[in-house]
Amino acid sequence: MSQFAINILFVGASFALYIGIAIWAKAGSTKDFYVAGGGVHPITNGMAIGADWMSAASFISMAGLIAAGGYANSTFLMGWTGGYVLLALLLAPYLRKFGKFTVPEFIGDRFYSRTARMVAVVCLIVASLTYVIGQMAGAGVAFSRFLEVDATTGLIIAAVVVFFYSVLGGMKGITYTQVAQYIVLIVAYTIPAVFISLELTGNPLPPLGLFSDHSASGEPLLSKLNEVVTALGFNAYTAMVDNKLNMVLFTLSLMIGTAGLPHVIMRFFTVPKVADARWSAGWALVFIGLLYLTAPAVASMARLNLMTTIYPDMAGQVENYDAAASNAIAYGDRPDWIRTWEETGLITFEDKNNDGNIQFYNDSTDFADRGWQGNELTVNNDILVLANPEIANLPSWVIGLIAAGGLAAALSTAAGLLLAISSAISHDLIKGAINPRITERGELKAARISMSIAIVVATYLGANPPGFAAQVVALAFGIAAASLFPVLMMGIFSKRVNNKGAIAGMLSGLTFTLVYIFIYKGWFFIPGTNNLADTPENWVLGISPLSIGAVGAIINFAVAYLVSKSSEEPPREIQELVESVRYPKGAGGAVNH
Amino acid sequence: MADEKSNAEAYWKANVRLITGCLIVWALVSYGCAILLRPLLSSIPVGGTDLGFWFAQQGSILTFIGLIFFYAWKMNRLDKQYGLEE
Repeated sequence: MSQFAINILFVGASFALYIGIAIWAKAGSTKDFYVAGGGVHPITNGMAIGADWMSAASFISMAGLIAAGGYANSTFLMGWTGGYVLLALLLAPYLRKFGKFTVPEFIGDRFYSRTARMVAVVCLIVASLTYVIGQMAGAGVAFSRFLEVDATTGLIIAAVVVFFYSVLGGMKGITYTQVAQYIVLIVAYTIPAVFISLELTGNPLPPLGLFSDHSASGEPLLSKLNEVVTALGFNAYTAMVDNKLNMVLFTLSLMIGTAGLPHVIMRFFTVPKVADARWSAGWALVFIGLLYLTAPAVASMARLNLMTTIYPDMAGQVENYDAAASNAIAYGDRPDWIRTWEETGLITFEDKNNDGNIQFYNDSTDFADRGWQGNELTVNNDILVLANPEIANLPSWVIGLIAAGGLAAALSTAAGLLLAISSAISHDLIKGAINPRITERGELKAARISMSIAIVVATYLGANPPGFAAQVVALAFGIAAASLFPVLMMGIFSKRVNNKGAIAGMLSGLTFTLVYIFIYKGWFFIPGTNNLADTPENWVLGISPLSIGAVGAIINFAVAYLVSKSSEEPPREIQELVESVRYPKGAGGAVNH
Repeated sequence: MADEKSNAEAYWKANVRLITGCLIVWALVSYGCAILLRPLLSSIPVGGTDLGFWFAQQGSILTFIGLIFFYAWKMNRLDKQYGLEE
């Protein structure tokens, strides 16, 4: 069977499964549509959170980022997992106890303010829309590479599948498809990792392989990798980072951003009890951890594999790295996987010194004595995970599995985000503000229509990505960190913060963060409108625009506290609401008013 | 009524204490061992590199998982102890 047929088979079978689940889990009420009926088991929910959370970025890009940055990019590993500790300890159980359907609804009720609710709706929509465009575009790329259709056609196929199960089933359909998608993506991620770990270190468990000896050289894998990359002028893989302040703030922004993302928080509304919300956060991190503990192993092993593919003499024990570096493979002898990826433009080659060989190195170091005149090979970080099975010569069914896994990761996150957007529109905007007397059936219909519109908009923007789509980390995490997380936390842990404090806090955190990002990235991300070049020398105190969300959050906390202190206490019934949220007793299921 | 109120307050205080303790560990493994204190831990070798690198790429994630389950277990006991469970 051809590779193409195998890919079609794997992807087709997984899609058939999702559609089957959608038909089985049709939503009959708004409670089904928003919170899957409220009876999801904590382990099931943990798995669904895993798929909801792990996007195309986690599945495809993260290992590539770590491979390129080594220790410095451990920030993604810690940031995207540490947020779950904050969720479990500071938000999830109390928001579950509150027992409503959406995140803006809590903000509106707790701060007895429709304005606060609308600010939250806007933050939610901007953060989620930025995020979902990336997922749709990622699905399009996976389609075009593995199923040989163009990216736009691929995008439309993906949109139709998501449309089917999310419009029909709402949260209920999404929950059970996410469980299936988690299983598909984790199997797809770990199988090639196990093979590669066995091949390189003899250890079948990739997280242990990472700290084991490299079989071919007998040295520890990470020492070997350090030697190879430094011989080619790159930073050592495990090198320390000088700008520790920025590393801390970036990790913190990712953590509180994770905890403030509405599509993740919403999943905690689906479990029956407060205690279940705590347990499901733990299970979620176990399921996420399986991938996040595998990713750094994949990263270092893929990087070493890539280097020794180009410089075969570096594979075993090396006496003289200079000599090994001078013996690169000829471009004509490059392996098939390089040829395949060249067609997508994600690998490019230019023979700068016309010697017919591939020179792949960091050309900010001068290697003229080796006869090199610049780096000749550029490899996009994103292909490492997708190309891994080919680099390691794994059987063709593994490649089919990777295709299905990448799509599962993209679609499961897209569905969660689309649900967050559509419920903010139908529940917070339509029922909460425009037409509070809408019937249950009317609201369910409105939810389905908003979901359909959200899918169409996301698909269109996925095919024609606007400038801000590439700024997921800055925009989605920055907004969630600087606006949503602080007010949610204060709403639970302080009885004193009032409506004025919350609104002032959200707006100042948000404005500060956006302005700092726009100064370096361009106003509204329009190229050329930035005031300062986005380089470390220009950053205030060395803080990157990607790390500024944490500072925005601190500003939000401070402003909310000061404004509340200087104005009146919240009314008695609001203080009682805060108390009721704090104690698990008497929760009941998530209810509509 | 007054008893019920002071009972609930005691429960909340115990919860906040537990959260504070857990967050200290959370910050210590990630911001501490993995980033700020890494130079101090660089003399402790782990598989070709040092302990700080291990914390950055594995140790902190494993600690986070442990922390959430510890908190969930402790809170279940607190809920029962104060008669506030569902």
